[in-house]
Amino acid sequence: MTDTISAPASPSPVASPADGRKTRRRGGLLGKHPLGLLFSSPYLVFVLAVFAFPIGYSVYIAFHDYFFAAPGAQVERPFVGFDNFVAAATDPAVIRSFGNVGIFLLINVPLTVVLSLVLATALNRITRLRTFLRVSYYVPYVTASVAVVAIWLFLFSGNGFVNQVLGPLAPDPSWLVNEQLAMPVIAIFVTWKQLGFYILLYLAALQAVPKELYESASTDGAGGVRSFFSVTVPGVRSATVLVLLVSTVTGANLFTEPYLLTGGGGPNGASTSPVLLMYQRGLQQGQPDVAAAIGIILVILVLIIAFLQNRFVGSDDE
Amino acid sequence: MTAVTTKRAERRDHHNPNQLSRTGLIVRGIVLGAGALLFLFPFYYMVIGSLQAEVDPTITGAFPNPGNLTLDNYVAINSRINLLTGLVNSGIFTGGVLIGTLVFALLAGYALAMLQWRGRGATFALALLVQVVPFQLLMIPLYVLIARDFGLADSYLGMILPFFINSTAVIIFRAYFLQLPKELFEAARIDGASELRLLWSIALPLVRPALVTVILLTFIGPWNEFLWPFLVTKEAALQPLAVSLANYITTISASAANPFGAILAGALVLAVPVVVLFIVFQRYFTSTDIGSGVKG
Repeated sequence: MTDTISAPASPSPVASPADGRKTRRRGGLLGKHPLGLLFSSPYLVFVLAVFAFPIGYSVYIAFHDYFFAAPGAQVERPFVGFDNFVAAATDPAVIRSFGNVGIFLLINVPLTVVLSLVLATALNRITRLRTFLRVSYYVPYVTASVAVVAIWLFLFSGNGFVNQVLGPLAPDPSWLVNEQLAMPVIAIFVTWKQLGFYILLYLAALQAVPKELYESASTDGAGGVRSFFSVTVPGVRSATVLVLLVSTVTGANLFTEPYLLTGGGGPNGASTSPVLLMYQRGLQQGQPDVAAAIGIILVILVLIIAFLQNRFVGSDDE
Repeated sequence: MTAVTTKRAERRDHHNPNQLSRTGLIVRGIVLGAGALLFLFPFYYMVIGSLQAEVDPTITGAFPNPGNLTLDNYVAINSRINLLTGLVNSGIFTGGVLIGTLVFALLAGYALAMLQWRGRGATFALALLVQVVPFQLLMIPLYVLIARDFGLADSYLGMILPFFINSTAVIIFRAYFLQLPKELFEAARIDGASELRLLWSIALPLVRPALVTVILLTFIGPWNEFLWPFLVTKEAALQPLAVSLANYITTISASAANPFGAILAGALVLAVPVVVLFIVFQRYFTSTDIGSGVKG
């Protein structure tokens, strides 16, 4: 089958004179198949309109005295330099929210990496119940945050199931209304919710670890734990870099959980996230310029963290 | 085609266990079993809780009690937020994104894999980059543009627009099209078939698994999305179920007789379509596909 097809379709563009002329005529400014650009143009327009332009617009808003006006009204929105950034960076609520997301990331990111790698490794080498286990780990990931938040709200409420099980060990004040515990509960919730996705990434990476490495490790007398640390962990390093990056970016986007689980970032702002604050400042209190500045500061911090993670975890690859 | 078959065979191969010691096997079993319990219990609890007439948060409440079972919570939540309207709105929002993605991501994925044109590399790089752009950077400007400048607040179009074409789908389609034998297409081109015809009658039937993966992946996004539709819809009649349920949780649940039962009933209605879809098609939700989608 392959032979009969490949004979006339020689990869050379000048297979026959007619063919060659055609290719040269089409192979101008836009390449051999200009139609490709036409096919991709809706997607390109979409990316420009929904990603590229808004990112630029965000920077514009953050550097101007931007406020909402009636549609069509001509209003003056003067350039104000770094004023919005200063306003954001000196606001105690903003500083607190960055601290909160820092606590969140310190709990969520390491827990995510460790648990997803351990579970993926365990899942990788079993045959029985594999589908059942896979599905149970992915179900929280595919379910709407709003729906699973509702369950956790019930489980972790004052006289909820978790406290009933703990009995006298239940924390007082309870989990979600406790300033010290609200953010850790959210971090654990998000770890639980997203873990399936990271298990999926690690399962893909584990397929690429050569089996011979495990065999030679076991002939050298390494046990399961030993070969996990000396073969598996280094073998999936590039996936670990990806998991670190994605979980950090996702964590910095935290909104739904503090909004619903702790009633809008409570208690006393102990679980307010920067994105929640952007919503409150920008859309509820009409300061989109300060909110845009918070967003830009947050993205810069995330980029720095991602760079450091890549530096310390990913560097040995090269 | 050969490439696809080999990939399948390989995938099956990975399921073969390496030799494991007995204790290793037991430890693995315990870890995985405990994990599965932690992952599934909240869902079980959602079903039980949504059926309780009297809220019972005690340990015995985790087991079904025939004397305490009722469907009243579903009636209660439905009287406060219209579940059907919510489901229809979620469906329109998700359907719009699915149509946009299936048409335009498919075209872009085909162009990236099968056609040679200037800007191809840059377009692919863009599709990868877009996936790591954090939403917090886009939230304010998109709200200003879509809700204020274009006046699309409280409209399906405003909800759909930022999600219209899923970039992960572009990358998954490209990866699948790349596996198809180029010769097949060259031959058909020489026979005078147009690119659209090639895409429709040759390429598309060969990448059916990619279609299912993309539909599944694209469905999950808008159906579960909360923040964006929450920002742009204030009118209850237009809110997707995730938004109306969240509004119920934050504002009106306090006045209900059994708020938890009603909330859990609503949560169940929101969760069931995706969970069922996922369980039915779970074998398409594989590491290789999604992995290639994220890593390129």
